[in-house]
Amino acid sequence: MHNFVSQIWPSIVDGTTTGAIYALMALGYTLVYGVLRLINFAHSEVFMVGTFASLFTLHALHINYAPGGIEAIGVFAAITIAAMAASGLVAVGVEYVAYRPLRKRNSSSLANLISAIGMSFFLQEVFALRYGRDLIPFPRILLKNVLFHIGNAEVRSDMVLVVGSALVMMFILDRFVNGTRLGRGIRAVAQDASTAVLMGVNIDRVITLTFLLGGIMAGVAAMLYGTFYEVTQYNIGFVIGIKGFTAAVLGGIGNIRGALVGGFALGLVETFGGAIFTAQWIDVVAFSVLVLVLLFRPTGILGESLQRARA
Amino acid sequence: MLLEISELSVFYGKIQALDGVSLDVEEGEIACLIGANGAGKSTTLKTISGLRKVAHGAVRFKGADITHVPGHRRVTMGICQAPEGRGIFPGMTVMDNLGMGAYTRKKRDAERVTGDYERVFSLFPRLKERRKQIAGTMSGGEQQMLAIGRALMSDPDLLLLDEPSMGLAPMLVTQIFEIIKEINGQGTTILLVEQNAIQALSVSRRAYVLESGHITRRALAADLLDDDSIRAAYLGG
Repeated sequence: MHNFVSQIWPSIVDGTTTGAIYALMALGYTLVYGVLRLINFAHSEVFMVGTFASLFTLHALHINYAPGGIEAIGVFAAITIAAMAASGLVAVGVEYVAYRPLRKRNSSSLANLISAIGMSFFLQEVFALRYGRDLIPFPRILLKNVLFHIGNAEVRSDMVLVVGSALVMMFILDRFVNGTRLGRGIRAVAQDASTAVLMGVNIDRVITLTFLLGGIMAGVAAMLYGTFYEVTQYNIGFVIGIKGFTAAVLGGIGNIRGALVGGFALGLVETFGGAIFTAQWIDVVAFSVLVLVLLFRPTGILGESLQRARA
Repeated sequence: MLLEISELSVFYGKIQALDGVSLDVEEGEIACLIGANGAGKSTTLKTISGLRKVAHGAVRFKGADITHVPGHRRVTMGICQAPEGRGIFPGMTVMDNLGMGAYTRKKRDAERVTGDYERVFSLFPRLKERRKQIAGTMSGGEQQMLAIGRALMSDPDLLLLDEPSMGLAPMLVTQIFEIIKEINGQGTTILLVEQNAIQALSVSRRAYVLESGHITRRALAADLLDDDSIRAAYLGG
């Protein structure tokens, strides 16, 4: 018991950090679900491509050390932009290749699901063939100094980077969706697609934009993951993707603010689960949460979906 | 002619909803399309707005063939519809709904858009009072006003109204039709679809009767109001 008490603050800090990454991933699932009523299971590979884009940018810049000052800012800007661009592009590409042709034929949602899984395997295998199936290490580009303490927990610089960047991205996304003309177009399509057409909204363009936004969020998540965990792999997106999906369902799928709540809630639940049952049980705890939510509260914590969202 | 529809056929799967419908709307008038439930009235409007695929026939607007123009581009050309029932965005505020009506307006038109907000608020003072309210929480009549006001925000040359009186109390129905006349008086051409034939005919100049996908009558609205067979079928004797 004493052991668990000493774990409370560290669990909160760790859970918030992983939760921030889950939340960024959850946004991608929730945005796409909001406008298309479709779970984009290829979103995990959108994330995977982002981690590789960050890594290759580091290689191209010959960065295998932790840069300081202005150089650090430049390096982080470069890997962030690379990951956002790569993930955003792949997300838009997946929509264009795997979903759009089916949508034009009014295919069933099952066909979309199969198409998504096909896309997912395709991307994984391309990367596996090209870069192998082993874990690929990232250089340490951020010294993991302890910046301050919360309770008995150490808060390191990389944790601050992860949570801070995630919060900034979420804020920007929220402002975009709720405060701009294009964002209003996204909400209109989510609430009533055919009425949106009557208002002059180009649905295809809104869908592309939605995948792009989800991809950009996954790209930021990927850059943060690479900096924090310092590895990637052809199938790195699988577990993160399912966690992001769980977080989206937990918060209320289709609800943007729900994705944030769900992400942080899942991060905290699983680290506390790990603290109680030992770390090997983390994934069991996370997926038990998914099953329980689906059983008892399928609309998630916030419940209200993007269609009915007030903001 | 502002709008000309010729020999229009539309299918839902294998079921034919419209079979050779021809009608036209002259600039400046109110025309109406009356008929029973399921006759194809809403389908006609949806097809004009580009929400339904045309199997056969053509739609011309301002002389140009728009049969295959995507729906969203027809709004820019000057066609806007207030859809049937609760066709508003329920989760948005009144202001955001009106903003959606102005979705296609250019930045350089900002001044005219402001003028259009004023126009909508003077037609529907109720909307001004409620502009921060979530649209889905308003009454049916207020939602209908919002749907019409929102369509006006696109500054349309042709306004399509689908059952504006549906589900409204009799007093509100009279009020809505007064406003429709006022909108037309300000220069907007209107094509009205209605089950409430008396009200529709009394504000319209010309009328079409639609029966199971066919136009069966075309006449001046005043003549149909006096016609015994029409009275028996649609006006309750």
